[in-house]
Amino acid sequence: MERTTIDLWFGAFVAAGFAALLVLALKVGNLGAERAAQTYRVEARFDNIGGLKVRGPVRASGVLVGRVADIHFDNQRFQANVTLALDKRYQWPKDTTASILTSGLLGETYVGLDAGGDEKKLAEGDRISITQSAVVLEKLIGQFLFSKAQEEPKK
Amino acid sequence: MLDRIRRPLERLGHNFIDGVWRIGVMARFFGLVLASSGTSFNRFRLVMREVYFSGVLSLIIIIVSGLFVGMVLGLQGYETLQKYGATESIGVLVALSLVRELGPVVAALLFASRAGSAITAEIGLMKATEQLTAMDMMAVSPMARVIAPRFWAGVISMPILSMLFSAMGVFGGYIIGVVIIGVDNGAFWSQMQAAVDFRYDVLNGLVKAFAFGIAVTAIATFEGYDAPPTAEGVSRATTRTVVTSALTILALDLVLTAFMLRGE
Repeated sequence: MERTTIDLWFGAFVAAGFAALLVLALKVGNLGAERAAQTYRVEARFDNIGGLKVRGPVRASGVLVGRVADIHFDNQRFQANVTLALDKRYQWPKDTTASILTSGLLGETYVGLDAGGDEKKLAEGDRISITQSAVVLEKLIGQFLFSKAQEEPKK
Repeated sequence: MLDRIRRPLERLGHNFIDGVWRIGVMARFFGLVLASSGTSFNRFRLVMREVYFSGVLSLIIIIVSGLFVGMVLGLQGYETLQKYGATESIGVLVALSLVRELGPVVAALLFASRAGSAITAEIGLMKATEQLTAMDMMAVSPMARVIAPRFWAGVISMPILSMLFSAMGVFGGYIIGVVIIGVDNGAFWSQMQAAVDFRYDVLNGLVKAFAFGIAVTAIATFEGYDAPPTAEGVSRATTRTVVTSALTILALDLVLTAFMLRGE
């Protein structure tokens, strides 16, 4: 087949398009770093997950150590069942605590991990039994008002 | 007296019926283009030639506009984010607005005015000078030889141009945000990567660009093919291509966005 200048331009054009898509995927988007990391999954039950979303971060001491893989409602126990995909580089004791936290006042909701002292480590499919639910602001204010009302009026 | 009321009503009704008629004819035309696009793929060289004219030659305007749009977004975003002490989020702002909305939409608007108008004028003039009729006489289908390759070239070019626009825009935002204003480089990219999801944002933008490509080239080829074979007719058809394409792009964008963002 003979080659023409049009072929060159067409090739360059399509290649530029793919390059742009690659930049958007790897540099701008999140396709780069996260797929590379190997993960293992553990589950945790919470009474209230607040504003937690699938793909939300899992942090320990502020460092990203995993992502929320799945959230669903357990209709037997009436609790939220959250699956965490944790980075294989980090191992956690069996009695690790998982809590739902918020970064800053308006920031995103994430799962915070606090290591326990157990010798055994969490493995694929295990369950984190000690959990702490999200703080619901309305309940907090309600409790505050309730305790205020019970206080003895000062004289 | 009665005449005064009747005339405008008649004109209104005529315009309405004419509009519905055009939609019908356009749908038939679109079907005909799809039916006769076999030649475009058997002789792909035809499509490549048109990609060169409508896509490659639009590169300059797309790249330069993308760069400027990204820079302006960076400046404006910085101005507002500064008040909340969240200047590192400038990368998120620039990337999300470009990848989700501005990339596909502005690239499509530019494509409609740069390439769509050219397609209409070319086909309209071919019709006016009876080149299309001559082809028909030689048993060469103008649909397969002239129109379908231009249609497919637009469909191929549009997503590529849109991706380039978005990438250049992010680069423009980087120049303003990091190089000139001095936002932290690491925070700029890491916050952007945390916020932009490949499937949800980038691929949905690509789907939009694809839909706009189909819409713009379908309108451009139809207006050219439908143009009255006079100088005035061709000029009017070219104007109509740009106006209709712009409106269609924006309306289609609303519909597609409503489908894509379900308030996650």
